[in-house]
Amino acid sequence: MKTIQFREAIAEAMSEEMRRDESIYLMGEEVAEYNGAYKASKGMLDEFGPRRVIDTPISELGFAGVGVGSAMNGNRPIIEFMTFNFALVGIDQIINNAAKIRQMSGGQFDCPIVFRGPTASAGQLAATHSQAFESWYANCPGLKVVVPSNPKDAKGLLKSAIRDNDPVIFMESEQMYGDKGEVPEGEYTIPLGVAEIKREGKDVTIVSFGKIIKEAYKAAEELEKEGIECEIIDLRTVKPMDTEAILRSVKKTNRLVILEEAWPFGNVATEITYQVQQKAFDYLDAPIAKINTADTPAPYSPVLLEEWLPNHEDVIRAVKKVMYK
Amino acid sequence: MKKITKEVYLKWYEDMLFWRKFEDKLAAVYIQQKVRGFLHLYNGQEAVLAGALHAMDLTKDRMITAYRNHVQPIGMGVDPRRVMAELYGKVTGTSKGMGGSMHIFSKEHRFYGGHGIVGGQIPLGAGLAFADKYFKRDSVTLCYMGDGAVRQGSLHESFNLAMLWQLPVVFICENNGYAMGTSVARTSHSTEIWKLGLGYEMPCGPVDGMDPVTVAEEMSKAIERARSGGGPTFLEMKTYRYRGHSMSDAQHYRTKEEVEEYKKIDPITQVLNVIKEKKYATDDEIKAIDDRVKKLVKECEKFAEESDYPPVQQLYDVVYEQENYPFVEHKI
Repeated sequence: MKTIQFREAIAEAMSEEMRRDESIYLMGEEVAEYNGAYKASKGMLDEFGPRRVIDTPISELGFAGVGVGSAMNGNRPIIEFMTFNFALVGIDQIINNAAKIRQMSGGQFDCPIVFRGPTASAGQLAATHSQAFESWYANCPGLKVVVPSNPKDAKGLLKSAIRDNDPVIFMESEQMYGDKGEVPEGEYTIPLGVAEIKREGKDVTIVSFGKIIKEAYKAAEELEKEGIECEIIDLRTVKPMDTEAILRSVKKTNRLVILEEAWPFGNVATEITYQVQQKAFDYLDAPIAKINTADTPAPYSPVLLEEWLPNHEDVIRAVKKVMYK
Repeated sequence: MKKITKEVYLKWYEDMLFWRKFEDKLAAVYIQQKVRGFLHLYNGQEAVLAGALHAMDLTKDRMITAYRNHVQPIGMGVDPRRVMAELYGKVTGTSKGMGGSMHIFSKEHRFYGGHGIVGGQIPLGAGLAFADKYFKRDSVTLCYMGDGAVRQGSLHESFNLAMLWQLPVVFICENNGYAMGTSVARTSHSTEIWKLGLGYEMPCGPVDGMDPVTVAEEMSKAIERARSGGGPTFLEMKTYRYRGHSMSDAQHYRTKEEVEEYKKIDPITQVLNVIKEKKYATDDEIKAIDDRVKKLVKECEKFAEESDYPPVQQLYDVVYEQENYPFVEHKI
């Protein structure tokens, strides 16, 4: 094992795959000469040259569509959005074209493309720069949605996403790029659609994904001191969701808390809640609790942001509630 | 440019007449409710396609367009019976019945749709050309759009990228005068659409889209420029559609006289006049073409009628490549 930063894991995954397959290229704003807005493509221009590591103008709609068109014609593009907030001006190409080309053509076309970049909040960036759209993309058939929470998962999952013949939305976080973690030395991939138990426990299941899962880890450590053992499931892939992994855990602990950084109406947590009440109703000893951001645009002021964003104290409260403590 | 011979004129006549009659048949079966959804017909615009096909290398060039897209794939070699079957929603259709009128595709014949969102196909066309340049192929992509689509931001982003990267693509606006019911003059201060290329320093110009000869000449220059590394071109084909935007269009936005004026310069009539003047075919030979066209249209209808609907399982078979993809259940 070696210890690397999250951003290095992203760069390693892309570089290893680009060495393996000449049809892959990386395109986006500041990915080449600037080495990536968050340095997630550091050194790649030097290694692969401007044919395969391509700076764009600020034209998300245009370069997202160029990516899809080239994916219909032999390329395997990695399209970087500086953040998924900016993907909104290009989302027509993702929803109407990337997600539907295979189906609309009766299966004639593959669309092997990865759209990647940071999601959700990253400090006091206010309303337009703090949004989490995992559930939007997950709602759209034809797409897969991956949201890793550590360098090891990020590298293994991104390699699988690049090799997938369908479009994958791969979501990172500005606040995770500096995170360090151990990754295997050699070649490895992690399959899409498989959740992982990050911490075992018998009293309550906490399901989460992405950077916010760190609040669950903190909560679990605090709760351990009080004798409460949390089992933490990291979805890793939001769509398709590993519902079986959630059900197995809930059948063991009989209690479920879901932590998701997203607006609370109709999100990933809502879908998990439906699935669990439908398939494990008799195993539940308490109503399911979900913790999300406030049902408002993200505020700027620190006091308000603290109220808006879920934290480990919210998780502790929710765990105690489902345990009637 | 390949020479425009007697054979070319005869092929143009037969092709364009077939496309016209194919669309007329679709209108008829639409009224019988055998074809549903939206139906956008190409009647009147045939010269734009005929001239372009003459200029293309059909062994390697590509085409992409919007939702007025039934006859282009036929022109590129797709079996018209399969296009008709697609509109009937049958499993023998070009997309196995998954796409319908607005979504005809043929990977084999390099026809990339068939797109329902106005302007959404323009970046895709640039992307097809991007891949050809990336892999150092010498194919050229023809990317069509209507006069409504040029008011979308996607056009401007694609033009900028295509010029920046000198992509082998020809952008073609088929200006038939109306974006659904809104005339060009009501959509922009500047009504000379071809001038949109000027801001990007893209070679551009207007073309008489009712005359296949002019279309072929201008398309040949543009395709040759793209193929030899000279980058994109933007051509505005001034054309006209005789039928409404779609089948539900009452056409209150124009007069019957206007439609009749354009029918005087109908591309099929123009080509037939040349054939007759130059005695490229006898009346009997022309009648034989007309009969062949009629027969093939009937065959298309019969094939579509007699084909099966897709099996229900197909709903799940073509969304993802993954065979055991765990779709979320939608009912109990």
